[in-house]
Amino acid sequence: MGRRGVSIAERVRALLGREAVVDAGPDAAGGPRVAPESPDGVALLLGTAHEEGWRVRVEGAGTWLPGDTPADLTLATRRLDRVPAIHPQDLVATAEAGIGLDALRQRLADRGVWLALDPPGLPGRTLGSVVATATAGPLRGGFGPVRDHLLGMTFVTGDGRLVQAGGQVMKNVAGYDLTRLVTGSFGAFGVIVLVHLRLRVLPRADSTHVLEGARSDLMQIAEEIRAAGGQTAALELVSPALARRADWVLGVRLVGSAAAVETEETALRAAAGGRFAPLRADQAQAFWRHAAEGNAARAVTFRVGGLPDATDELQDLLQHQVGDERVSASPGVGAIRWNGECSADRLLRLRRTLAALEAPLTVERAPWELRHAVGHFGAYREGAGPLVSGLRGTFDPGHRIVTAIDTGAG
Amino acid sequence: MSPGPLSLVPELQRLIGAAHVRTALAERHTYATDSLPTHRRTPALVALPGTRDELIAVVRLLARHGVPFVPRGAGTGLSGGALAGHDAVLVVLTRLSRILRLDAANRLAVVEPGVVNVKLSAAARPHGLHYAPDPSSQTACTIGGNVAENAGGPHCLKYGVTSQHILALEVVLPDGGVVELGSPGGEPWGPDLVGVFVGSEGCFGIATRITVRLVPLPRAIHTLLADFDALRTAGEAVSAIIASGVVPAALEMMDRPCIQAVEDSVYAAGYPRDAAAVLLVELDGNAEAAVAAEADAVARMLRERGARSVRATAVPAERERLWQGRKKAFGALGRLSRDLVVQDAVVPRSALPAVLETIARIAETHGLVVSNVFHAGDGNLHPNISFDARDRAMAERVERASAEIMAACIAAGGTITGEHGVGLDKLRYMPLVFGGDSLGAMRGVRRVFDPAERANPGKVVPVHACREWAGVA
Repeated sequence: MGRRGVSIAERVRALLGREAVVDAGPDAAGGPRVAPESPDGVALLLGTAHEEGWRVRVEGAGTWLPGDTPADLTLATRRLDRVPAIHPQDLVATAEAGIGLDALRQRLADRGVWLALDPPGLPGRTLGSVVATATAGPLRGGFGPVRDHLLGMTFVTGDGRLVQAGGQVMKNVAGYDLTRLVTGSFGAFGVIVLVHLRLRVLPRADSTHVLEGARSDLMQIAEEIRAAGGQTAALELVSPALARRADWVLGVRLVGSAAAVETEETALRAAAGGRFAPLRADQAQAFWRHAAEGNAARAVTFRVGGLPDATDELQDLLQHQVGDERVSASPGVGAIRWNGECSADRLLRLRRTLAALEAPLTVERAPWELRHAVGHFGAYREGAGPLVSGLRGTFDPGHRIVTAIDTGAG
Repeated sequence: MSPGPLSLVPELQRLIGAAHVRTALAERHTYATDSLPTHRRTPALVALPGTRDELIAVVRLLARHGVPFVPRGAGTGLSGGALAGHDAVLVVLTRLSRILRLDAANRLAVVEPGVVNVKLSAAARPHGLHYAPDPSSQTACTIGGNVAENAGGPHCLKYGVTSQHILALEVVLPDGGVVELGSPGGEPWGPDLVGVFVGSEGCFGIATRITVRLVPLPRAIHTLLADFDALRTAGEAVSAIIASGVVPAALEMMDRPCIQAVEDSVYAAGYPRDAAAVLLVELDGNAEAAVAAEADAVARMLRERGARSVRATAVPAERERLWQGRKKAFGALGRLSRDLVVQDAVVPRSALPAVLETIARIAETHGLVVSNVFHAGDGNLHPNISFDARDRAMAERVERASAEIMAACIAAGGTITGEHGVGLDKLRYMPLVFGGDSLGAMRGVRRVFDPAERANPGKVVPVHACREWAGVA
């Protein structure tokens, strides 16, 4: 493998220049790490990989998926970190996929605009990683899943073709929606290199309020807030370990104009008899950051998407089958994220149980051995498997991009 | 070799009843156009299945015989997308009009594809919910058609277009296979196949059951009407509102020809006839005080940006009247000429003033009347060209003007359709927006769902412009 890796590194240097090979390897995946500096470079690399039969592992900042996916080379997007356009007056921006979300957030804030995404993991996770895995955080309750923030993208297929999807405007039905197909496909259809984003004005007011208590009590309060029509940006039930508190915490985030936030705060006080405690800005930031980072503290992270009124039942199920030490849930949208240690067998069993409840379980991150065994998605529903494999064959005919979307039939 | 659709008539009659298989020329002519008058195709025959099982049986029969088909809802589309030619069967879904389930606790409904948009909202209303996407044709158009076109509407500015409201689908694929996509909670079971199906314009199969997201009815609604001396000033006011961070539920614009057409019609809404443009702004939410405060802020912005007057109301009857003019504007414009082309394009919102001026110049150059009524908050333009299709020279001028308007929108960083779809009408513009590899990728996806390309053939992707793609013949 070592000799083969060196040979690939030399080939890549000849193709893309010496600086493209950032680590001659072999790395944990078994080959050199290559960081093209342009979308065309990514296309050239994947086109060559397709011809040569090289298996490619795709990496952003290297903080989400472990780097143990077996491959002949690692394609790192870290040098695709430019922000070609920010248009505050149109509330849109175009950013390359390798930029860290923290850096992007700062660039946007400097222009008075905001990307309403707060994904799990470290702040430096790349935009491409968040889009490829569709990992939304608590703000999904108020602003929707990752796909709702995307206007279009450019991606490179497994055989090196640059494909434009969508555009840079607010509405667009010109052709099939490949942006949504690629979002959350865990790299199955190509490598995202450029993303057109839908932004919001940086909120004038942004406040967080927390309430500690037993999970079932907090769930009841969350339901009351939802039924009362509360316009929360986030309504998140966080386990004690993630919240770094003694008990479960219901975190409520309110954003918008000062008047709108004040109105919601008044309603919130009424909802729980004044028991919610407001957090200072630094405390609020720490609360949400701990929850996000805690979602990636252990080896395995998965999400479950169920019906809102099943959230409590699904949490009971998780507690019973895999424990609930590190769990956060958005009861209003039926989304639950779990982090911990878990064997393939238990995960497969849990997935089967959840499937009967119409709640998909998506493995967001895990060591390769487990990802390979259970797959990001597991067995496809009747009739969908041929569609997914047909699409995979269309976009990556040689299956050069190594990803666990074809596995986990158990 | 396909035996031809007509040979299937006896079998179709057995499957869905003779009354629901239309073969007479006069009957088929009824389906020769959609709401865009520039394209006309008469289907070989028309099948109107009445149940999910009948629909699946029809698609399977067509698959067995290799016969192309075109799904169609109410035929209110504006791209020539739901037209079938002499070699294809038109599968009309309007009889599949049942609301199968309404789950208020989880804010969702399961419907058949032929359910009329506005009827779904009416059914949800007693539960304090509604279906948010509201195309102008919502009193007639169907949810199945909305899914096929990824339909929009005025209130999509705040609530999002159709794709943001579809949680799951049951689909009969062109080969007759039935597949369930998505889950009731909206989380996909794998890659987002619901996402790629919505807006596929009937080329990937037919949705037999649709699970939609419902949203709470707002408790407070304020509507503002502002009028302006110049289109450019109105466009600049739109940019100012968007950049301020206020997210109106709707932000619509009408120009003078459109205002006058509305005011001359039974839909008269009291718009000032001498205005160069009016803006209709709606703000909604759950707390009256917060919505009223936002409405005041927007009214201030409108005045600062040159509005001659701003009228505000929270009274339902008055709001309804203001909206009636906007919602029925296309109908009012239809009275002005024998034919009307409703165009559809999107530009960055800050480009609206300049693009509107360019469109006015194009209209003048070609000696045409173009009126604008559109979703200004989204930058989604609808330049409407009044003409007489019997006048060939005039029809050609309309074609040239449409092409120039599309080119101007693309040059401004926009695209060729925001909510009407590509269909037949926009096929020729697709290569202006997408390169050969991107078009090839789209065709590749289509062939995964429909390898024989029998479902709505010849629409959306101009095959000649596709670069050769793996697996694509």
